[in-house]
Amino acid sequence: MAKVTLKLFALLGRHLPPGSVANATEVEIPDGSDIGALIARFALSEKDCHLVLLNGAFVPPDSRTSTRLSPGDTVSIWPPIGGG
Amino acid sequence: MSWTGKFLRIDLTKGTVGTEELNREWARQYLGQRGLATKYFAEEVDPKVDPLSPANKMIFTTGPLTGTAASTGGRYSVVTKGPLTGCIACSNSGGFFGNELKNAGWDMIIVEGKSPRPVYLSVENETVEIRDAAEFWGKTVWETENGLKARHQDPMLRVASIGAAGEKGALYACIVNDMHRAAGRSGVGAVMGSKNLKAIAVRGTRGVTVKDPDRFIKATIEQKKVLADNAVTGQGLPKYGTQVLMNVINEIGALPTRNFRDVQFEGAHKISAEAMHEPRVTDGKANLATNGACFGCTIACGRISRMDAGHFSIATRPQYKEPSGGVEYEAAWAVGADCGVDDLEACTFANFMCNEHGFDPISFGSTLAAAMEMYEMGVLTREHTGGIELKFGSAEALVKMAELTGKGEGFGVELGLGSRRLCAKYGHPELSMTVKSQEFPAYDPRGIQGMGLTYATSNRGACHLRSYTVASEVLGIPFKSDPLATEGKAALVKAFQDATAAFDASGICIFTTFAWSLENLAPQLDAACEGEWTPDVLLEVGERIWTLERQFNLAAGMTAADDTLPKRLLKDAAKTGPAKGLASGLDKMLPEYYQLRGWTPDGVPTADTLKRLHLA
Repeated sequence: MAKVTLKLFALLGRHLPPGSVANATEVEIPDGSDIGALIARFALSEKDCHLVLLNGAFVPPDSRTSTRLSPGDTVSIWPPIGGG
Repeated sequence: MSWTGKFLRIDLTKGTVGTEELNREWARQYLGQRGLATKYFAEEVDPKVDPLSPANKMIFTTGPLTGTAASTGGRYSVVTKGPLTGCIACSNSGGFFGNELKNAGWDMIIVEGKSPRPVYLSVENETVEIRDAAEFWGKTVWETENGLKARHQDPMLRVASIGAAGEKGALYACIVNDMHRAAGRSGVGAVMGSKNLKAIAVRGTRGVTVKDPDRFIKATIEQKKVLADNAVTGQGLPKYGTQVLMNVINEIGALPTRNFRDVQFEGAHKISAEAMHEPRVTDGKANLATNGACFGCTIACGRISRMDAGHFSIATRPQYKEPSGGVEYEAAWAVGADCGVDDLEACTFANFMCNEHGFDPISFGSTLAAAMEMYEMGVLTREHTGGIELKFGSAEALVKMAELTGKGEGFGVELGLGSRRLCAKYGHPELSMTVKSQEFPAYDPRGIQGMGLTYATSNRGACHLRSYTVASEVLGIPFKSDPLATEGKAALVKAFQDATAAFDASGICIFTTFAWSLENLAPQLDAACEGEWTPDVLLEVGERIWTLERQFNLAAGMTAADDTLPKRLLKDAAKTGPAKGLASGLDKMLPEYYQLRGWTPDGVPTADTLKRLHLA
């Protein structure tokens, strides 16, 4: 098993476990898990996972199930957002 | 139709009020607001004019869709020569003032000269008067707005005014309307102050006519549905506002921190949109009281905040305990991350000061950040600051300096010079994070490469609202591009610049562009306005506006050498995050940009380009 950090922002914050701080929670995952599996575990819909970052770098939708996670990684997810 | 076809000309030196017919040919070429007013300004004002002299003019201008049923159709702009930058200045604001001006029957107000004494302009439909403002001079924006409503016995009066910052010539003073909406950038408030013009108070009840009412209503309903169905404009912005960007930009390593020394801020979450929703430990209430909308807006991104009544900044000042305009992303970044401050309440108070006294939080925060760096270097001392420790991260220093800058007192007078002049005065021009003397907004060009080109080429100095490539490079709107790549960014920036200019000329808020393109704007304009308005026509109008602004700046003395970034961004690589090891690749983008624009390698539009755009 490996520990990674999952951050869910904006409207996705409601999927975090109670008591999460700074929109982040630590998650234990089986070795070799990918981002797609992490998203599925939290029952996040595909359309809500608009912006997915692995350690700050964008992961395109078609790469999520092929992107393996390593211990200490941070996955951050937002629904469609805008600002400026 | 949709234009009222007439405008006011106010000569403050002579004390006269005139009315003129709108030049319809220019309206066809420049549409309105940012475009049409820039055309009038460029025709009437010497580009080398001293911005704070009576010879400078200022134009309060609406767009053809201002005051109509189009969503967000309440915008107005102030066009003048900016005292902060020496460039063309065009500051855009929402709220309700623009709608009121258009409904009073006027497309624009051209203000010229200088009044011998403080005055305000009263516009009640066709009745227009220059009136004495002695009792309001020295008053805050909030006092002035409430005072004018009381004097006119009209709570529906809409007021755009300046506070002490504008009166005393802070070079990034803004013009505030409806208490907390602002024509914010480039120092347009200082120009107003230099003319002894305290406020414009407007009441309009005439209505706005459109070319084809049935087609127009159908088009606006269709496009409002597009906004409502879009996840960004229908859900994200109303709920979280622009502040939702704080954590995103921090995570991707492009959040300028402590005067751009770092690109990630350890306290970002504490000043983010998510934090604004969380109950405070101190009183159990959230900073965010509610969201708010400007005239005709179906997005409602505005933030209304209620401060913690026990916070040190307001504990003994009950007047700040009622809800008021809260921090938007750019403001929260400038007074927060850029100064290393993670106290959301202190940031909110600084924002209140900006609204109450009328000054730009972006330029203020960036200037304070540069001052903090000079303080930590020992260049500035307590003797300069009036005994205040100007250390990065000090909420106390932020609160004190915001109030002093707004009131034009103590070290706040020096901060009112802006970053470039302040850093030059103390011998460290390299610490000023500016382009053409205007402070950067909240995106580090090392982590979002297209924004480096955006800043360097912006016609009003560093600005995110002239070409918001963050939409593509970070948010994936309308398509996702790589924020760390320079390839393709010249074309991206040009496309954003031209389309944005068209939106800014229409009377519509640029935030619609998270869901709309020119394809969505064109049918509304075409149903409302005389002439034929297609996406292609609008794109050409946008390019024409951009090139005209460029021509003005070149005539004012700007050169290609001004299209650059501070050395820190060009030479010092980002230390953390995905952009670690990377500096701005401006040199890889700028030549291609000039080429795409049809400009010479020296950044001058060629004769062919000017001819193609009907500018020669």
